[in-house]
Amino acid sequence: MLEIRFHGRGGQGAVVASKMLAVAFFKEGKGVQSFPTYGAERRGAPVAAFIRVDDKPVLYHHNIYNPTHVVVLDPSLMERVDVAQGLKEGGFVLINTKLTPTDFPDLKGFEVHVVDASGIAVKHGLGSPENPIVNTAVLGAFAKASGLVGLPAVLEAVREESPIKVKANLAAAEEAYKSVK
Amino acid sequence: MKKVLMGNFAASHGVRLSRAQVISAYPITPQTHVVEELSAMVARGDLNAKFIKVESEHSALACCIAASVMGARAFTATSSHGLLLMHELLHWAAGGRLPIVMVAVNRAIAPGWNIWNEQTDTLSQRDTGWIQLYCASNQEILDTVIQAFKLAESVKIPVMVIYDAFILSHTYEPVDIPDQKVVDKFLPPINNPEALKVGEARAFGSVTNPDFHMEFRLKLHDTYERAMEKFSEIDAEYAKLTGRNYGIVEPYQCSDAELIMVTAGSLAGPTRMVVDGLRAKGIKAGRVKLKMFRPFPVEALKEALKPAKKILVLDRNLSPGTGGIFAQELRVALKEDKRPVWGFVAGLGGRDITPELIESMFFDALGAEVPVSNTIFKGVRL
Repeated sequence: MLEIRFHGRGGQGAVVASKMLAVAFFKEGKGVQSFPTYGAERRGAPVAAFIRVDDKPVLYHHNIYNPTHVVVLDPSLMERVDVAQGLKEGGFVLINTKLTPTDFPDLKGFEVHVVDASGIAVKHGLGSPENPIVNTAVLGAFAKASGLVGLPAVLEAVREESPIKVKANLAAAEEAYKSVK
Repeated sequence: MKKVLMGNFAASHGVRLSRAQVISAYPITPQTHVVEELSAMVARGDLNAKFIKVESEHSALACCIAASVMGARAFTATSSHGLLLMHELLHWAAGGRLPIVMVAVNRAIAPGWNIWNEQTDTLSQRDTGWIQLYCASNQEILDTVIQAFKLAESVKIPVMVIYDAFILSHTYEPVDIPDQKVVDKFLPPINNPEALKVGEARAFGSVTNPDFHMEFRLKLHDTYERAMEKFSEIDAEYAKLTGRNYGIVEPYQCSDAELIMVTAGSLAGPTRMVVDGLRAKGIKAGRVKLKMFRPFPVEALKEALKPAKKILVLDRNLSPGTGGIFAQELRVALKEDKRPVWGFVAGLGGRDITPELIESMFFDALGAEVPVSNTIFKGVRL
């Protein structure tokens, strides 16, 4: 079973990203579950969201303590939050950043992938430079970096789940797919 | 059509497909997305209903009572303190034999303020006369809402559809949304010949002196037995149309089980996984999921528990000083029985119940002839 943790800030779309990724896996016939942590869902406060993916329906309902992989929507979180906490051996961390994988020495021992999801989002008119809406770009990057889910399934999920700017969200996901390192 | 849906939205779709006519709710916490989505459905024209926003949960249920007295299919949703504020009117709805359906999302009760999951809110309403149906998945939530209207209207007893806060309410899972045509075939328009009509001089809820009151209560009491049979019929009919049914209890791996755990709600899934794990280690474990509580399905439980040498109950609720409420009910039901019953209480106020914690309960029972005490708290620091 695959367990993925998303780190973001309240209002940034971590919950939506986790749901969209669950939909993408579901499109490929997987059993899925997506849930947020609750308690501090203030705008700007660190939040986490989770998905479970399996070949059969997911029946577990406890918290995820040891994720298989981690996705970071906002690198400024990493000053305060240990995003690799409990991360399983062999897991990767996908970070929305302009930096390169070697710029994250704290994550030594884990595979690190980077994508400038904020830049891509702004370029496609998703949010503002101060508050970019990065979730669809991050999912495109996740498809490429993980190899666990196909780009077509991600795009289908983005198409279905984007409330507005569907074309821009699709374009952002595709561009991030191509540019993730 | 299969969609990845939040538990609350699964409930909303169930209400939409059931063509509820009057929805009344108080929209502030501890309310959930259930009625938010329903108000959007009504605004979009997806559901032809009157949505009445009120100033308290007490008024929400009062609205549903009035609508139901006039023969409308009425729905409301609430949680924890909202449910407690409805307490007086819960008795009214059941005593009035009004087929109202309510979604009650299980949340803990203050103090301290805690919006997280615990089943004490609905279980503390067990004597109000409402039928209680507990759900273990988002699919089961949608299906149970539809079944609940049919059950309520056929036995004239209101029904609570119950599920765990956050663990299901805010969690997304794949859900098959049946076609409207399929649901229409299963659930025809409401027809209550006793409903009041404008222009016809009849009364509802007037004084009943000692000559009558007891007979009303006896009739309500007797109808409970029928409600259990009726639910089984409805469940079977639903299975023919959708391929899904749930049973008033669902035994898993019980036929040769030496230890059987009884639980309700979203714990049904994890306990099943734990049973699989224990079976792989050669331990004959089983699990019974309790769907219906009120009426309490004593015979079905006795049957499912027959093979067990030891019985475990996992309660996510507490009657202070007594223990877990399901354990208490089960002990009464099994009063002639000599088998030991382990009453575990865990997960209060949203505390996580991990598979390891559930497994440790089975090992507690494996390692002893009788429980160390009537109520055993698990995952607690004291």
